[in-house]
Amino acid sequence: MVKLNVNGKPRDIDVAEDTPLLWTLRDVLNMTGTKFGCGAGLCGACTIHIDGQPVRSCVTPVSAAVGKRITTIEGIAATPAGRKVQAAWLELDVVQCGYCQSGQIMSATALLASNPKPSDADIDSAMTGNICRCGTYPRIRAAIKKAAGVSDKEV
Amino acid sequence: MKRRDFLKVSASGGLLLGFGLPVRAEIRDTLTTNAPFAPNAFLRVDRTGKVTFVSPMIEMGQGTYTSLPMLIAEELEVDVDKVAIEHSPADDKVYVNPLIGIQMTGGSTAIRSMYVPLRRAGATARTMLVTAAAQRWKVDPSACRAQNGAVLHAASGRKLGYGALVDAAAKLPVPEKVALKEPSEFKLVGKPHKRLDTAGKVNGSAKYGIDARLPGMKFAAVAQSPTFGGKLLSIDEAKAKAVRGVMQVVRLDDAVAIVASHTWAAKQGLAAGAPQWDAGPNAKVSMADIVDQLALASEKPGAVARHEGDAAAAIAGAVKKIEAVYQQPFLAHAAMEPMNCTVHLTKEGCDIWVGTQVPGITQAAVMKLTGLQREQVRIHNHLLGGGFGRRLEFDGTVRAVQIAQHVREPVQVIWSREEDIQHDMYRPYYYDRISAGVDAQGKAVAWSHRIAGSSIVARYSPAWIKDGVDPDAVDASKDQPYEFSAVHVDWVRQEPPSGIHTSWWRGVGATRGTFVVESFIDELAANAKQDPLAYRLALLEKNPRARAVLQFAAQGSGWGEPLPAGQGRGIALCIGFGSLVAQVVQVTVGKEGAVRPTRVWCVVDCGVQVNPDTIRAQMESGIVFGLSAALYGEITIKDGRVEQSNFGDYRVMRINETPRIDVQLVKSLEAPGGIGEPGTSCVMPALTNAIFAATGKRIRKLPIGKQVPL
Repeated sequence: MVKLNVNGKPRDIDVAEDTPLLWTLRDVLNMTGTKFGCGAGLCGACTIHIDGQPVRSCVTPVSAAVGKRITTIEGIAATPAGRKVQAAWLELDVVQCGYCQSGQIMSATALLASNPKPSDADIDSAMTGNICRCGTYPRIRAAIKKAAGVSDKEV
Repeated sequence: MKRRDFLKVSASGGLLLGFGLPVRAEIRDTLTTNAPFAPNAFLRVDRTGKVTFVSPMIEMGQGTYTSLPMLIAEELEVDVDKVAIEHSPADDKVYVNPLIGIQMTGGSTAIRSMYVPLRRAGATARTMLVTAAAQRWKVDPSACRAQNGAVLHAASGRKLGYGALVDAAAKLPVPEKVALKEPSEFKLVGKPHKRLDTAGKVNGSAKYGIDARLPGMKFAAVAQSPTFGGKLLSIDEAKAKAVRGVMQVVRLDDAVAIVASHTWAAKQGLAAGAPQWDAGPNAKVSMADIVDQLALASEKPGAVARHEGDAAAAIAGAVKKIEAVYQQPFLAHAAMEPMNCTVHLTKEGCDIWVGTQVPGITQAAVMKLTGLQREQVRIHNHLLGGGFGRRLEFDGTVRAVQIAQHVREPVQVIWSREEDIQHDMYRPYYYDRISAGVDAQGKAVAWSHRIAGSSIVARYSPAWIKDGVDPDAVDASKDQPYEFSAVHVDWVRQEPPSGIHTSWWRGVGATRGTFVVESFIDELAANAKQDPLAYRLALLEKNPRARAVLQFAAQGSGWGEPLPAGQGRGIALCIGFGSLVAQVVQVTVGKEGAVRPTRVWCVVDCGVQVNPDTIRAQMESGIVFGLSAALYGEITIKDGRVEQSNFGDYRVMRINETPRIDVQLVKSLEAPGGIGEPGTSCVMPALTNAIFAATGKRIRKLPIGKQVPL
């Protein structure tokens, strides 16, 4: 048994310690908001937070989260930055297919939680690991700025 | 019943909006609504007045689950934000895409095919509800009007909500003719409206095929022959089953699956079993073989798509002949949601949970594979985590059912990203020879274009081939818009070695044709030492819509104003899918030949606009998709297998590389055009033309990669 804390709730899970958090969340806990995209930490679709830090859950074993706080997209609205990011995403109609957006929102929320007024370079560096094949990047950038209350005049 | 349980979960999951987010339409599986009033296949109204729209098209990002309900709500006079949306069940007749002939979301046809039918569906229901109210009040229906989900009789001040009228309305004959609003009467259509599918997509509750969860379900990892046409030789079952959680090994002729209690166990089991393969007949096939075949094929005359005047003679007799060969690579789709499908196959039937652009032909394929009857094969469609044409194919569902034939429980088959990239059905490699004869002033007098490549249509729907010509293969080439006194366009079909499957990819033929036509026109302008915009405009005198989008794009971009060294602007025009798009790309070429598109100006005239913000979003989307492909996209084959495997070596555009994109919409009352694809088709030549402007290097082979000089 592995003991985890997911979105504030204790969970006992019967998986091997090397099992990635992604599959533990999706297939064992049926929390399907966290998405599988590449399995190699290349696309960011599976981004979650461990103690507030963004991690790629497809390459992070459950053992790395024992004794720590796991936050997923299902729980991100419990944080002030998460609520702001979700609201900005809705305001600017960021999503298209939406599949990558859980990961985008988790990365953006981690950025704003640690850096409330990010520059374009800060956004690039925080968000470059998150691929969107629908090409919502311009709106992601604008929505992060909206959530942060910074001007989006120039790219 | 397990399926019912799942449906309940699915329906309630759609309501979990929470967190103070605005309530938007719920989206759910089919057949959950039992409403008394269902005047047509698209629409149901229940006794509370709740409207459910059964969408003939699936949402894959393009905004269809907003724009289509807008058409219904416009005529039905209801609040579109409260319309519930259901994915349609498989049915190639009832939910046919009239522009395609089967149930299909593709080809940028959703609005084009449904603009009238869905408005008519809404108007029909409204007419019946108004009639029901008028009969109850014993007044003339013309004295009543519908507004915000109710019927009003102004003279008496009476009002009845739709919910109170559905039982009476359901007993009325369905009128054959109903009046549709004039565009000037539209309240919703033509004004930006927030997407209806956003709430679930920002809180993790939106359900894609990969999110299907069923009691007792198992998870399978699959490995398919790494070489095209290879066979499974062996797998170490004992080692695979030694992995904790692994239950079963399913051997197929050309694939093997490990079934386990969760996906990670299945993946580990697959790795431990280390399948061995017979490489098969394509073991030595490499790109050079494929390209050589195409080059050879393109030397032969092909099926004639267009022949006006004597282009060969005119070119031979011209002051100068300009000619070029253009090549475009195999491309993967790389949708963010990897291929997956969940199947529960029993003696009674087969339930399939998948996101598909083609439910009807998917159902037929499963019927053929299993011998089950139509009503026994139930396709539960889902939101698509990207389509781009990949989910116009049902190979992933067939593979999952092949595996499920050996598994007692419901089983979810997920392809790894590597499987997804290496067993895609690829955008075909195309090889185009093009030439023109020009006069002393550089004006083109004749144009000759031969296209060689795989025919997707010949495999997918042979009936679409007309007079020996594949209309997709010659799309945007046959109907290129520039006026010449002689034009010849022909097509040679040349398939890659068997086992390498080609398929639809965003923009389809128009993407391939537009790249060649718009690049070569740029070459002709350069030869004539003329401005590329002016050169195009002179050949478009009879096409005011095309001239307008080009001129607007040029104006927006500061066309003609000088740029620093190493920067350039390129322009391109795409007429396709019933729309006209012009784009200017501004590019910076760095000291090491690094190409960076910095700005894109996009002007679109798609006729009548339904949701302008969706049009903008689709242009942004198409542009990023096209830039990705033009800069990096390439699937190559060596020793019978695909060399790329994941986002590390199949590179796609990321946020830090994305240019600023400005989209301008042209107001028009022309018939509505498609918007999902022309943005992609247009941007590739606009980018390569910008590289030419910046460096003098003409890109005739995609991707751009490292071709730009240092």
